[in-house]
Amino acid sequence: MADLVVSGVTKSFDGRTIIEDISIEIHDRELVSLLGVSGGGKTTLFNVISGLLKPDRGQVFLDGEEITGKPGNVSYMLQKDLLLPYRTVEDNVALPLVIGGMKKKEARKKAAPYFEEFGLAGTEKKYPAQLSGGMRQRAALLRTYLFSDRLALLDEPFSALDTLTKRSMHRWYLDVMEQIHLSTVFITHDIDEAVLLSDQIYILGGKPGHIIDEIRIEEPKPRRNDFQLTEEFLSYKKRILEKIEESEE
Amino acid sequence: MKRKFQSITSRLWSAAALVVIIVIWQVAASAGLVPGYMLPSPVEVVQALISDFPLLMEHAKVTLAEAFLGLFCGVVLGFVMAVIMDRFDRLYQALYPLIVVTQTIPTVAIAPLLVLWFGYEMLPKVILIVIVTFFPVTVGLLNGFRSADRDMINLLRSMGAGRVQIFRYIKLPGAMGQFFSSLRISASYSVVGAVISEWLGGFNGLGVYMTRVKKAFAFDKMFAVILLISVISLVLMKLVDLLQKKCMAWEQTEEKH
Repeated sequence: MADLVVSGVTKSFDGRTIIEDISIEIHDRELVSLLGVSGGGKTTLFNVISGLLKPDRGQVFLDGEEITGKPGNVSYMLQKDLLLPYRTVEDNVALPLVIGGMKKKEARKKAAPYFEEFGLAGTEKKYPAQLSGGMRQRAALLRTYLFSDRLALLDEPFSALDTLTKRSMHRWYLDVMEQIHLSTVFITHDIDEAVLLSDQIYILGGKPGHIIDEIRIEEPKPRRNDFQLTEEFLSYKKRILEKIEESEE
Repeated sequence: MKRKFQSITSRLWSAAALVVIIVIWQVAASAGLVPGYMLPSPVEVVQALISDFPLLMEHAKVTLAEAFLGLFCGVVLGFVMAVIMDRFDRLYQALYPLIVVTQTIPTVAIAPLLVLWFGYEMLPKVILIVIVTFFPVTVGLLNGFRSADRDMINLLRSMGAGRVQIFRYIKLPGAMGQFFSSLRISASYSVVGAVISEWLGGFNGLGVYMTRVKKAFAFDKMFAVILLISVISLVLMKLVDLLQKKCMAWEQTEEKH
């Protein structure tokens, strides 16, 4: 459960401004997407939100508390699953708890009930290399969730998966979100994915990167199965494409 | 399955090559192509090995004790060096070239000096072995530590992990593969190092025995001890492999979906 507020964040490297005056808001239990081309500063913004980078200007608040430049509050998940090959799946997902000072046994116990929910039952004692790409991403998400059940940052988490696996992961993700109360910031360059999953979409574009437009997806959740084939879906998609093209002119 | 079969056939080839060389050697010796006092035949070497076996074992005990002690100290030193050099970048820049230089000093040249300084007992031998064994461990571990995945480190930092935790959960386990490769090299160096240091002074050990039989022109015994040293090195390397398999259990499970 969390509200995240990013206000007026600007960050530059070596005199080159990467992102400029970015303000976004994520309300409790919402999924907010940042949509934009690769190299548009999405990842820089992520590192600012997670506290790994200090912005030149601007602040980040989580539930009203300022967390600008402070790691340890918000965790993220990348396209690479970043599971440690030498730890079993259960020890991988429990790692954030162990880092937080919990005993290994206790951490495993706390992680155990979520395996079912995340569709990972039976993989506890396996090593990541024994899992398929989709399963590894599930484990990575569970690890993110066990770190913080408030807010997760997902940086193109499904973009390395093949189309069919990606589709089933989308459905799975929406299912899981029904059960757990997690706010999500989602980075993607895939318009379909953004419209399908989000409550709110921020379009990031230009150089330096700034918010071009924000779009609210009014479709109620859980989304119907054929949402992607509807008129509404297409009109959202069209509007986003137009905005992106406009910004490139 | 196919892979296993291939590894068996490749072993067959190397075994066959070994057998061919030994047969040629035996035939050459039996036919009198090489005088027996210059090059003993394989059969004579084995006979010497069997007849001298109890004596050889006595000497081997001393050599192995030196090798183990030296290897242990070398690995500990190598580990400590790698950890602090990884932690402090200035130390890395200052010490790395020096460490490389220590490896260019010929062991045979420094061994007599060590004997002069530290006497004929165990100490100079252990020091020599430490000098030759710490290097592979330090370099291997440093490479392992430094090739840790940046994204992985950032992820742990985002979870609030400190330097020690990042070392414990990412750097150290990530460097295990390289550590064991280095340990395999160091293990074989430790035996050779012990023998070389014994050549130049001492009362017991395979190196001492080697100089004695050489002076007596007992080349069959000389070859027997060489054979024994090779076997000991191979056994040590195999032990390191077994240890690695035990410590890195996850490697066994890979590619078995």
